[in-house]
Amino acid sequence: MTVRARLAVAALAATPVIVLAVFFVYPVAGMVGRGLYPDGSLDLGGVLSVLGRPRVHRVLWFTVWSAGLATALAVVLGVPAAFVLHRLRFPGVGVVRTLVVLPFVLPTVVVGVAFRHLIAPSGPLGALHLDGTAAAIVAALVFFNVSVVVRTVGAFWEGLDPRAEEAAATLGASPLRVFATVTLPGLLPGIASAASVVFLFCSTAFGVVLTMGGLRYANVETEIYLLTTQELDLRAAAALSILQLVVIVILLGLSARTRRAPAPGRAAAIARRPRRRDTALLLWTAAVVVFLLTPLASLVLASVHTDDGWGLGHYRALQTTGQGNALLVPVTEALWTSLRIAAGAAALALVLGCLVSYLVSRRWRTRMGRRLSRVFDGAFMLPLGVSAVTLGFGFLITLDHPPVDLRTSPLLIPIAQAMVALPLVVRTVAPVLESVDERQREAAASLGAGPLRVLLAVDLPVALPALVAATGFAFAVSLGEFGATSFLARDDHPTLPVVIFRLISHPGEANFAMAMAASVVLAGATSVVMLLVERLRVGSVGAF
Amino acid sequence: MPGLEIHGLTVRFDGAAAVDAVDLDVPAGSVTAVLGPSGSGKSTLLRAVAGLEPPAAGSIRYDGRDLASTPTHRRGFALMFQDGQLFPHQTVGRNVGYALRLRRPAWRRGARPEEGRRVDELLELVGLAGYRDRMPGTLSGGERQRVALARSLAVEPRMLLLDEPLSALDRDLRERLAAELHDILRRAGTTTLLVTHDQEEAFAIADRMAVLRSGRLVQAGSVTDVWRQPADAWTARFLGYATVIDGAGAAALRALVDPAATWTQLALRRSAIRLDPGGPLRARVLSARVTPEQLRLELEVDGVGRLPAVAEPGLVVTVGETVRARVVPDRLAALPQGR
Repeated sequence: MTVRARLAVAALAATPVIVLAVFFVYPVAGMVGRGLYPDGSLDLGGVLSVLGRPRVHRVLWFTVWSAGLATALAVVLGVPAAFVLHRLRFPGVGVVRTLVVLPFVLPTVVVGVAFRHLIAPSGPLGALHLDGTAAAIVAALVFFNVSVVVRTVGAFWEGLDPRAEEAAATLGASPLRVFATVTLPGLLPGIASAASVVFLFCSTAFGVVLTMGGLRYANVETEIYLLTTQELDLRAAAALSILQLVVIVILLGLSARTRRAPAPGRAAAIARRPRRRDTALLLWTAAVVVFLLTPLASLVLASVHTDDGWGLGHYRALQTTGQGNALLVPVTEALWTSLRIAAGAAALALVLGCLVSYLVSRRWRTRMGRRLSRVFDGAFMLPLGVSAVTLGFGFLITLDHPPVDLRTSPLLIPIAQAMVALPLVVRTVAPVLESVDERQREAAASLGAGPLRVLLAVDLPVALPALVAATGFAFAVSLGEFGATSFLARDDHPTLPVVIFRLISHPGEANFAMAMAASVVLAGATSVVMLLVERLRVGSVGAF
Repeated sequence: MPGLEIHGLTVRFDGAAAVDAVDLDVPAGSVTAVLGPSGSGKSTLLRAVAGLEPPAAGSIRYDGRDLASTPTHRRGFALMFQDGQLFPHQTVGRNVGYALRLRRPAWRRGARPEEGRRVDELLELVGLAGYRDRMPGTLSGGERQRVALARSLAVEPRMLLLDEPLSALDRDLRERLAAELHDILRRAGTTTLLVTHDQEEAFAIADRMAVLRSGRLVQAGSVTDVWRQPADAWTARFLGYATVIDGAGAAALRALVDPAATWTQLALRRSAIRLDPGGPLRARVLSARVTPEQLRLELEVDGVGRLPAVAEPGLVVTVGETVRARVVPDRLAALPQGR
């Protein structure tokens, strides 16, 4: 590489690195530092003693088992559905695929509201007495993450050459044997990758556990929130943050190890029509879809059910500040605030995501280059797993005074949300860029195209749908972001998820009804965005 | 001995027939090649026989029993793909032993000694003794094909199905492996149905041949019969005949080789016309090109028209020169149309 090319790469890498340093590492370090240096001197013993508290043990145990169980269930539900939705061809399969991916982008508070309504003693499933139980929390976590399994494993499944399975069948292996000896070993990396990401999401889930766990159940994430906001025990919060960070780095490392680029030159699997022996799998998938749709359908129905019959009364109430003035601004205003912020966050995530994706998708010639590229890739995946609460609180305590004072800046929330959405953009765009045959770039260069021209002529046309899809994805995720935003949103400029949380925390039937209507609006907005994204048919959206 | 009997087989993809009412017999113990250009439906035919594509109509029988309700894994037909499709996560030995492991009960762990012996025997048969612990990724294309063949033979299949077994290999290896395949199949005595677009491959491996065109069977018979008597002009060209002539030209040549015959269309191989100072044909040389084996010419033959021809490579011929030539009767085929 020439000196000039080195400088160009360094300049490209500088922007995202600086942004990551200032808006991710600095706040997180600030939050952690607050706990490690309570009085200006290192207090490791104090931090360690936090980990010995019985309540912390309970929280850790709940985090591990709820996330583990939810991951296992998501895999069990998702793998058969991945086969049906990615290897079979039948009318409406596209619609079902979209339906399955929706829960992942639904705002956590919306899911919390939907599940609470469903299982409340007076709700449709009230007879099951699930309200406030751990089972309900696990169900909500599964609800969110089935789509990750379907997407990731489905993408792997599409990449598997069906002829290997056919060869096994002609050698005398029964369908079950074929699956166990040929298909499953091929899918394992995908399943492992999906499971590790799902475990990551479940163990750092915030909105769902906060809205559904009440006082009985807390995971590490909600505990950090409670410790910082209610008990002001920053040392304990920092201890949990550090523990979480270490575990997440290990998990991300494992996930990166199992995540393999699909083999080049593979034969594209041809989806086939369902046969009679697929019946059980089709029914299984139908059950998964019902499980995913029930909370949403019942939420929509309840939102149009007023005291005097069906009507849009709860939606009209969105123009007010709620029963007993629960809010400072009407819900409609919060919606506009949310849309504005999400647009800013998506734009920011796109710019940064493009730079990162470009750099990690290059084929580096030196071992040093490859190693740096991997570290770079991993560093920008970190926000995926680092507690949004830690990030939000870190923003609050580090970016409110020089050298970086953004306390009153309208950019504060968009930046925080962009950091949360950035890994998703990278994971959507980078695989597409990696799929471009290097020889195409070489051919363009040999025909006289400069580096920029190569980028425009070879990479851009391939990556364009992915870029648009990633922008939409980032927008949808920002729209529903709750963890970090809940710290940063000011009471007079709240976002819609924050408003929904306020409404359900305030007493009053009317407030919960308004929360349901607002949830439907928010879910509708993210769904519309995701439907448009789905039409672009970019396989890497929501796959890890 | 009945073997495989295909009757009226039709396979449709979204309404279009990829295989259209095909009748074909593969007698037990024979090696039959289905020859056709790409898109002719030959692979679909093979997949239907394997039970991987459901037929829209027709029947497939083996030893008199209808296979319609027999799933792929119970048919006992081992299918070998163009690129082998070895299981990438298993060693060569485990790949070859795959079918053997299927036979032992699922609860029995650990290989039996006789399985190991059988794997070694099969690897020996395909010339890969000592390759047992290699991974498929470390093998060359030809080696991979041979492992795939050993894996298929391990089943002791009632019939072996080969999908373009040698097409993915380079020319040199292809020729060598074709001869080996011919010997291995005869030694194992396995009934074989292979599909290929390469007539040389079909000649080298098979003893019976069927020609498929746009999903329809054009001709079937022994390799020599099909080769000597192509059913029509298209088949003749596909089988490597250099040109097909009819009308006055065909009549002129007929008068030379077989005056009593009545056919009106003739397929000629490149070597059917040979320069010969004493030959009956008079021609002008249009072009000449030297190849290692022979001199290839393009002639304007009086009373016949443009024809390809050959001569000894040492001969000096100039373009425009007038030469004499003769017909080599066993290098041409009269076509049945008007015969």
